[in-house]
Amino acid sequence: MRLNYPSSVKVIQIPCTGRVDILHLLKAIEDGADGVYVAGCLEGECHFLTGNLKAKKRVQFVKKALKEAGVEPERVEMFNLSAGEGPRFAEIAREMADRIKSLGPSPVRMKKAA
Amino acid sequence: MNDLKSGSNLEKILRAGHFAFTGECGPPKGANVKHLKEKVAHLKGKVDAVNITDNQTAVVRMASWAASTILIQEGVEPNFQMVCRDRNRLAIQSDILGVYAMGIRNMLCLSGDHQSFGNHPQAKNVYDIDSMQLIALVKKMRDEGKFINDEDIDAPPRLFLGAASNPFAEPFEFRVHRLALKIASGADFIQTQCIYNMERFREFMKRVVDMGLHEKSYILAGVTPMKSVGMAQYMAKSVPGMDVPDSLINRLKGAGKGKAAEEGIKFAVEQIEEFKEMEGIAGVHLMAIEWEHMVPEIAERAGVLPRPEVS
Amino acid sequence: MIVADRKPIQEILEMVKDYERVLILGCKGCVTVCNVGGDKEVGILASILKIARKKEGRPLEVHERTLERQCDPEYIDQVKDQVSQYDAVISMACGVGPQFLSEAYPQQRFYPAVNTTFFGGALGHGVWVERCAGCGTCLIHYFDGLCPIARCSKSLLHGPCGGSAKGKCEISKDVECIWDKIVRKKMEEGRIEDVTRIRPAKDWRTARDGGPRKSVREELVQ
Repeated sequence: MRLNYPSSVKVIQIPCTGRVDILHLLKAIEDGADGVYVAGCLEGECHFLTGNLKAKKRVQFVKKALKEAGVEPERVEMFNLSAGEGPRFAEIAREMADRIKSLGPSPVRMKKAA
Repeated sequence: MNDLKSGSNLEKILRAGHFAFTGECGPPKGANVKHLKEKVAHLKGKVDAVNITDNQTAVVRMASWAASTILIQEGVEPNFQMVCRDRNRLAIQSDILGVYAMGIRNMLCLSGDHQSFGNHPQAKNVYDIDSMQLIALVKKMRDEGKFINDEDIDAPPRLFLGAASNPFAEPFEFRVHRLALKIASGADFIQTQCIYNMERFREFMKRVVDMGLHEKSYILAGVTPMKSVGMAQYMAKSVPGMDVPDSLINRLKGAGKGKAAEEGIKFAVEQIEEFKEMEGIAGVHLMAIEWEHMVPEIAERAGVLPRPEVS
Repeated sequence: MIVADRKPIQEILEMVKDYERVLILGCKGCVTVCNVGGDKEVGILASILKIARKKEGRPLEVHERTLERQCDPEYIDQVKDQVSQYDAVISMACGVGPQFLSEAYPQQRFYPAVNTTFFGGALGHGVWVERCAGCGTCLIHYFDGLCPIARCSKSLLHGPCGGSAKGKCEISKDVECIWDKIVRKKMEEGRIEDVTRIRPAKDWRTARDGGPRKSVREELVQ
C-alpha cells in the first residue's frame, strides 16, 4: 500500500504471534529497546486458532514483570488487526511511537558512569 | 433413672421435663469485667444457663473459662464453650480439668470458625482433634475417668456435655446423620444454629424424631431475633450455613421504618411458641448477642418466665 | 509434585542488592513441571533482574544454569567449580535446593527465589492445587480417595462442619468443601456408615508436628 509509518519502528516478521516468547519481549527491553509491541490477528481469527491469545497473556506477564522491575509497563503492548488492514497497521505504529516518545527513552539504557 | 451426670441447673431442668431456656453472652474484647457483669445482669434469672462463647468468629476475647467463672460469682450458671481451633489435646484436657475445678458444670464442644474469619488470620491453625473427638474425649474423661491416652484422672470432671448442630449446612440430607454421630459420641444436649427457615427445620426435626435422637439427647432450638433488615440481609448473604428465607426479610421490610426490630422480636416469640409444642424439642437457646437487655422482654412475651427452680 | 511461586521481584532484588555477579540455578524437577523454576524461568528471572539493575545504573552480571535436581548430592556436586565464582547464588528450586547447596558449599551465599507451598497436582495447564499435607499416615482410602487432612481447612475427620455451604468451604468460595464431596459420594454409594462412625484422634507424630523427619530404605543404604 506504500503507507508511511515511523522509521523508529523496526518490524520483525513471524508466522504467528503465538511464536512470541516472554523472553523475546524481555530481552528487547533489556538490550535497550524503548518499546516493543506485538501485532497479531483479530481475536477469534488466529490462523493457528489460539496463538494470538497466548501472545496476549505473555504480553500481560511482561507488563507485570516490568512494573515489578520499575519500568513503565506501557512500553510493551499487544495490538490486534487483520492482515488486510494496512492503514490500521500504520496507525498502530504511529500510536506506539507517539506513546514511547512521551514516555521518553527507556530507563534501562545504560546510564553514563557519574 | 440415672444419677445426674453433672448436677448442673440446666441438666436438672431438662431431666425434670421442663422446657429449657438458655441464653448467650460474648465475653468482652478485653479484661472489662464490669461490662461483662452488666450484660450478664440482664440474663440473671431469665435463663437456665448462659453460653459463654470462645473467641467467637476467631476474634480474640476474654477466655470463655474466665468469663464463665465470673458468671458463677454473679450467681448465673455458665455454659462454657470450647472450640478446637485454638488448642491441642493437652490444653483441651487441661482446661477441662481447670473449668471443672472452678465450678463450671456445662460444656459445649465446637469445631470453631476458621481463623481466617477473625482478627488474627496469621495465626497457626491447631485443630489437633475435631468436635466429634472432643465430645468423645469429654465423655471418656467423665464416664471412664480417663484421659484420651487412657491414663487415669485424679478426680474426673463431671460435665454436662453439649454439642452444636447446624440443620441448614450442606448436604442437608447428611446433617441429621452427623447429629446422630454427635449424640452417639456422647452429647447430652444439643443447641442448634439459629433458625429462620421454619419449614426446613420442621423437616429436619421429623427426621430427628424418626431416628429417635430426641430420646437420646436434649435438643434446644436456636433463636436469634433479627434487629433490622440490614442484619437479615447480611446473615442471608454473608454468613456460611445460614438460611434466611426471603419471606422473613420481606416481613421485616414491610414492618416499616424503625419497626423492624419489633417485628423481629415478634417472629422470635412466634418461633418459641411453636418450639414449645414441637416434637423432639426440649428447649430454646436464645442468642441475643449484644442485645442482652432485650432478653427479659423476649422471655416474658414468649411465656417462659418465671424459670423453674429444680433442687 | 512440590509446588512453588516465584517471590516478588522486589524481594529478590533486595536479596542481591549488594552484589554484582550472581548465578541463577534452576531445577528440572518439580519447579519445572509447575513452570516456576526451570530453564525458561531462570532465563526470565535473569532478564528481569538485569533490566531492574540496569535501570538503577548498577548492572548485575547474571549467569544461568539448570540442574537435573537440587535434592541429590550428585547433582549438587556438578556446580562445585562454579559456585565460588559468584557473589551469591539464587536457587529457583523448592526449599530443599538452596539448603542442599548451602550445606555442600558453606562458603557461598544461597538465596531462594521461590516460596515453596504445597504438594499438589495440575488441574489444567497453569493451575495447581494442594492435595497432600504429608501427614505421614495416609488414610485417603477411608474417604474414597479424598484427603480431609490436606483438603479440609480444619483437617476434620468428621466433617462437614456447620460452615459448609453449596459445596464450598466457609473460608472462601474458591475452596471446595472436601467433606461435602466425601459425604455425597458415600451417600450415593450407600456407604454412609463409613462417615457415621467415630474415628480416633489423629496421631500427628508422623507429621511435621513430631519433628523433622527422615526416611530410610535399609536395603539400599551402603
